[in-house]
Parts: sequence; structure tokens; C-alpha cells
Amino acid sequence: MINAWWIIGGVLFALLNTAAGLIWLERRMLALWQDRYGPNRAGPFGLFIVLADTLKLFFKEDWIPPFADKVVFVFAPAVVVASVLMSFVIIPFAPGIVVADMNIGVLFFLAMSSLGVYSIVLGGWASNNKYSLLGAMRGASQMISYEVFMGLSLMGVVVLSDSFNLQKIVEAQRTVWFVVPQLLGFLIFMVAGIAETHRLPFDIPEAESELVAGYHAEYSGMKFGMFFIGEYLGITLISAMVVTLYFGGWLGPTFLPPIIWFVIKTFLFISLFILLRASMPRPRYDQLMEYGWKVLFPLSLLNLLVTAAIKLWLISE
Amino acid sequence: MDITFIIAAFIAVLATLRVITCYHIMHALLYLVVSLLAVAVVLFTYGAPFMAVLEIIIYAGAIMVLIIFFVMMLNLGLETAENEKAWLRPRIWIVPGVFCFVLLAELLYLILQNKQPAAGIQIVPPKQVGMALFGPYLIAVELTGILLMAGIVGAYHLGRQHKKTLHRFLENNLDT
Repeated sequence: MINAWWIIGGVLFALLNTAAGLIWLERRMLALWQDRYGPNRAGPFGLFIVLADTLKLFFKEDWIPPFADKVVFVFAPAVVVASVLMSFVIIPFAPGIVVADMNIGVLFFLAMSSLGVYSIVLGGWASNNKYSLLGAMRGASQMISYEVFMGLSLMGVVVLSDSFNLQKIVEAQRTVWFVVPQLLGFLIFMVAGIAETHRLPFDIPEAESELVAGYHAEYSGMKFGMFFIGEYLGITLISAMVVTLYFGGWLGPTFLPPIIWFVIKTFLFISLFILLRASMPRPRYDQLMEYGWKVLFPLSLLNLLVTAAIKLWLISE
Repeated sequence: MDITFIIAAFIAVLATLRVITCYHIMHALLYLVVSLLAVAVVLFTYGAPFMAVLEIIIYAGAIMVLIIFFVMMLNLGLETAENEKAWLRPRIWIVPGVFCFVLLAELLYLILQNKQPAAGIQIVPPKQVGMALFGPYLIAVELTGILLMAGIVGAYHLGRQHKKTLHRFLENNLDT
């Protein structure tokens, strides 16, 4: 057993660097898919763009608007990063490499992701700006609605594996990954996950073309940077959760160590997120809400019912 | 007693006090969120992790977000804070203060009477909660379900819009 502090330090180090590296990865991948170069001048493959971006953010004027609610304005960007980082506590990266092996793991993830909403709501409200307020209201209703069936779609996995503990869920996938019996649940979770991180097809709270920058329109410097990093951490979190719940976590052929399998699978999903950004148009706000409540919500209920019925039938056989 | 419990309980009490004394409604609501989170930690230290997480998901993560959402739309600003200041005169504090004092005295009496903390705190796993809810307490669960159903039907009835057959600009002409 490795010392817990080493695991915490290692996870934090890896995550923060991944989130920073994703800025570069996203820009290069978007450029590739749009048939251009992207940042390729600073350092090898343009990797130092991350450094330059961070330096730039630090040197920007850290401005708090005089009409803003100062305490809440400063506090809001920290919430998103903190809540996402807390969620990583329960993710098993490899056998034994997990910060907290809790028997309520999945629920803890849902709790932390529901706290992440505050960042958008408070950021938008404290800015005291009409566009920010509109963004915050959209964000609140979007995230509350999508959270409901995000939780419901997960319950299929919980029924199949008999546990909320993520390590047990991974172990239960030794014979077959849950993406096969839970294909519908996986698709719903994926859509809900994109909406939770408000990434591009669902980036309605910030929608540059209609709301300037939505809830973070008034933010500058490193406070904006926190929102930015929080978004990339969110992508990493949802990818890691998808891998853990539906794609066998660290399971894989033995020629590579388990943690490498986990990283490879996670990066595949992160790339999928970036591909979605490059290829999908943004839906209208009311379309998003209708799609959620009228299509995804009944489907996720149905998925849970059918899964539970089959499970009961198999037990009684 | 457990140090984590004492810290969490202290924060819960302080935050709840601030909920009542804060003039700015948004800040009061934020203190309420903090208070709920602190209660969740208290539940966690007393061996009910499932309840603790549900407290965060449902109260702190959903209901409070909805309340903040509506307060945000009402756009209550500095003027309401001034109003609130005028309303909260010291005289109002007397009756609730007496009630709270009685409760505090009771609580202190109970704590002092039973010197050691409740022995043998058991961690209740989620499975056990589920077994209890769908076993001996099934009727309570069903009744709660019926109550919620009634609430949903009522909300649907109140929020129902009349069917629009024509373009919205023509609607007024139809009525006259």
C-alpha cells in the first residue's frame, strides 16, 4: 500500500498538469480537424503555449468591477475547481491507487458535481451584469435538469455491480465492460456529462455569440483562469468517470500496467470531447431543456427499470 | 468527542446564526448552504455517510440552487438590505431568543447528563438504508411517493398554459 499523501500529491500534480496540457491539446486538435496548424511556434510542437498563456493570465489586470459583490465575486471561481478536484478523490486510477475508498463513491461524485453549479450561479450573479445574470440563470437550470438523469443513468451500473464503490464497480467488469449491457445508460451519461461541464454543444451559459461570455463576462486574469482550468478539469473528470463506470477502468491486457490503460482510455474520451467541440453546433436553450426532460429523462428511467427487472429475473433463475 | 464533529458543529451553528442576522438575502442563503454542508459533515462523523451525501445532493445541491435561482431573478439588491435592517429591530429577537434559550438549556442538560458520547457509532452502509426503507418502512416510502405525485400534478395544473393554435401575435385578436 502506497502512502496516502503520495497518492494525493501525485493525483493533484497529474491533474493540474493535465488540465494545463489540455489547453494545448485542444487547440492543436481543433486546428487539425479544421485543416490549419494551431499554436506551433513556442517550444517543441508549440507546447510552451501553455506556459505563455499562464504567464499572460498572471500579468493581466486582476480587476473587480466596482458594481460587483466583491466577496462572492472572488469566491465563485474557486468553487468550480475545488468541487471538481474533490470528485477525483473517489476515482480508482489503478488497483490500490485511490485517495478515498468510500462505499458511497458514486453518490459522492454526484454530490460534488451538484455543488459545482454554485460557481456559475454565484459568478454570474455577483458580476451584476445582465449578460452574466442570463448566463447564470441558463447555467442553473441546465445543470439542475441534467444532474437528475445523470444520477439516474448511473444507477443501472450500480444495479449491475451491487455497489456504489467505484473499485468494486471496476472489479465487476472483469467479464464484460458495462458499456455492453448499459449502452443506453452510457450514452445518456455522456450527454449529461457534457452538459454538466457545459462544453461546446451545450455551452449555453457562456454562448459567446449571444451572451458575450455569459457568466464569466466580467472576469479577468487568474480568476477567469480558474473557470478555464475548472472546465478542463471537468472534462478530465467526466472522461475518467465514463472509463471507470462503463469501460472497465484500469482493466486491460497485461502487457501494460493498469494505470497506463486508465490513462489511455481517459485520453480517448477527452479527445472525443474536443472532437464534439469541433463538429457540433450549439442548440437553442429551450431545445436543450426539452431534449433533456422529454427524451433523456424518460429514457434513463426506462433504462433503470429494465436493468433492475432483468437483474431480478436473473437472480430468481 | 470527536474533534471533526466539534468543528463541523461549530461551523453549522455559526453559519445558521449568520443566516438569521444577515441583511443581504443572497449572503444569508450562502450561509445556509454552508450550514447544510456542515450538517452533512456531522452526519458523516456519526456514521451515516449515505444521509450525508443525500443532504448535499438534495438540499445543498438542488433545493438551495433553486432558491438562489429565484432570488437571483427577483434581483433583490441593496434596497432590500436596507428594508431588512429597518425590520429587524431588537424587540423582534425576544420571543425566538427565549425559545432558543430553552432548547439550548435542554441540549446542555442532555449532553451533561450523559457524560460519554453515544458508544459504538456504527457506519450504516447505503444497502442497509435501502433494505430498511423497502422493508419495514415501505408504507412511509409509498406515502411520500403519493405526496410528491400530488405535488407534481398540482404544479402541472397551476403551470399549465392554454393551447396556442395560432401565432402569438394573433392571440389577442382571438379573445376579443
